[in-house]
Amino acid sequence: MGIRVDHLVKNFGATRVVNDVSFEVRPGELVALLGPSGGGKSTVLRMIAGLETADSGEVWLDGERVDHLHARERQVGFVFQHYALFRHMTVGENIAFGLSVRGVAASEQQARVTELLEVMGLRGLGDRMPSQLSGGQRQRVALARALAPRPRLLLLDEPFGAVDAKVREELRRWLRKLHDEVHTTSIFVTHDQDEAFAIADRVLIISQGRLEQSGSPVEILDQPATEFVARFVGDVNVLTGVVRDGRAWVGGVGAEVQGLAEGATVNVVVRAYDLKFWRDDEGPATVRRVMTIGDRVRVEAWLDRAAAPIFAQFPRRSSLLHGVEAGCRIAVEITQARAWPTPGAAE
Amino acid sequence: MRSRRRPTGPARVVFAAVIAWLALLLVVPLGALALSVAGSFSAVVAALTSAEALHAIGLSVGVAAACIVANGIFGVAGALVLVRQRFVGRRLLDALVELPLALSPVMTGLAFLLVFGRNGLLHPALDAVGLQVAFAWPAVLLATLFVTLPFTLREVALVLEELGDSEEQAAATLGATGWQTFWRVTLPNLRSGLVVGTTLTSARALGEFGAVLVVGGGIANRTQTATTFIHSAIEERQEPAAYGMALLLAAVAVALLFVLQRDRE
Repeated sequence: MGIRVDHLVKNFGATRVVNDVSFEVRPGELVALLGPSGGGKSTVLRMIAGLETADSGEVWLDGERVDHLHARERQVGFVFQHYALFRHMTVGENIAFGLSVRGVAASEQQARVTELLEVMGLRGLGDRMPSQLSGGQRQRVALARALAPRPRLLLLDEPFGAVDAKVREELRRWLRKLHDEVHTTSIFVTHDQDEAFAIADRVLIISQGRLEQSGSPVEILDQPATEFVARFVGDVNVLTGVVRDGRAWVGGVGAEVQGLAEGATVNVVVRAYDLKFWRDDEGPATVRRVMTIGDRVRVEAWLDRAAAPIFAQFPRRSSLLHGVEAGCRIAVEITQARAWPTPGAAE
Repeated sequence: MRSRRRPTGPARVVFAAVIAWLALLLVVPLGALALSVAGSFSAVVAALTSAEALHAIGLSVGVAAACIVANGIFGVAGALVLVRQRFVGRRLLDALVELPLALSPVMTGLAFLLVFGRNGLLHPALDAVGLQVAFAWPAVLLATLFVTLPFTLREVALVLEELGDSEEQAAATLGATGWQTFWRVTLPNLRSGLVVGTTLTSARALGEFGAVLVVGGGIANRTQTATTFIHSAIEERQEPAAYGMALLLAAVAVALLFVLQRDRE
């Protein structure tokens, strides 16, 4: 069951929080809305659910226009960041709520609750109160409650924001699995790129109320459409360079770039893993720090002629790291980079 | 868990001072009251079972019960409007709701007389339909409703603020109508506010004196409440009746406080 969002606009007072956002989600897709906090992602989600009214624009569900419908008529499941479980009801009553308000028979409600408790790994917890559960369990109850009435679309607002890092990892994998098993169409909002890339089929980058790019995780990483996207995803160096002979030059190091005017001043965005460093006493940079972070090593250096810091990441056992230590000179190679004209710079 | 320690050093002095203060203010007067009653027990029982006393108790309890119901309904509705709606004049209304707490009850009574009394604004209209308000039980009820107005509303509003509206939003996305959401999600969550508000309302309704005396006149067997009964018993030097009724009210107040305490736990 697909959804289409057309030219959504929302203002809060004088601030335009959602600015002409349009996208489509195909049936069965799991899509992430990714962007910095306060960028309008949650507002888009809430407008799809009917919890917020769009100032203009349309929302279509399965070919039916729904933006004029009340939230209760849209059949859209919503999982809130802080769960919003009904605190005076048991877990079972919470899950059954969406069925019971629609007048579904008690026996049918019970069967669905039992089934969902099973799917969610919450067996035996049906009689507990929400306050007696851990954060991860509450999140799963919230999910079960949203799924119980078989919604046309499942929306999740920062679903794992309120649980600790370890549980988050587990819930992520589990959400992906659940999405595939129950064949729903889902959209979730997150500001955590690892989360978006780990489980989404497609990622929509939203910033300052605008949709910056839509694509698969690999497309977003390898073909960022805008400088914002390039800088936002991954661990990046942003260096100022000048274009000569189809390459952007940064402190004597050249990087292959395309579609830029000769002589233009550009911002060159280079991911930490798209750089190579190796020991070379004639090299253009000096190592300042070498840090081992788990299975990776991060090397921070100073690029003399650009007068700028530069850093790269390597696998722990990389042969490039031989002899690389603080204070030594290194050669620098940029294997992949993207560049955009520096705003306001003279050509 | 905080550990409980026995007070030592300067804390001991403070502790002793607090106990002495509470004893002076609370225990001594209540004890004296209890002792006086114990001293003339049969006279007290006789005084409290007189027709006058029973009528006064009945009026007080009836008015308190009506206030609980009215404030329960209006308190929830008013709190929902004040907390959830945004409209011009909301803050003014918010402040006005607390007016009965700030006004002296005697003034309240006087204001009601100006509306319902012999030369009052509404007197001609009420007279035409044959309804007497001033110096009749409706005046006692109205005055008590006025002075008890803020309690339930305030308590429920506090709970509503703290709850936020995310559970209600969740109910909406699950297909619940406005009424279903109210009865099944909002109202059950307001329980603690309603319990506290109702307790405070009962205490205030049973204890109100100034306003009901002014608008009702404390007429025996008509507008006399438990408190105005005590007042006239003192004036008529009917000590056993005064002590007995006072102790009864004190006992109810203590019982209400216990309810409150238990609900907090």
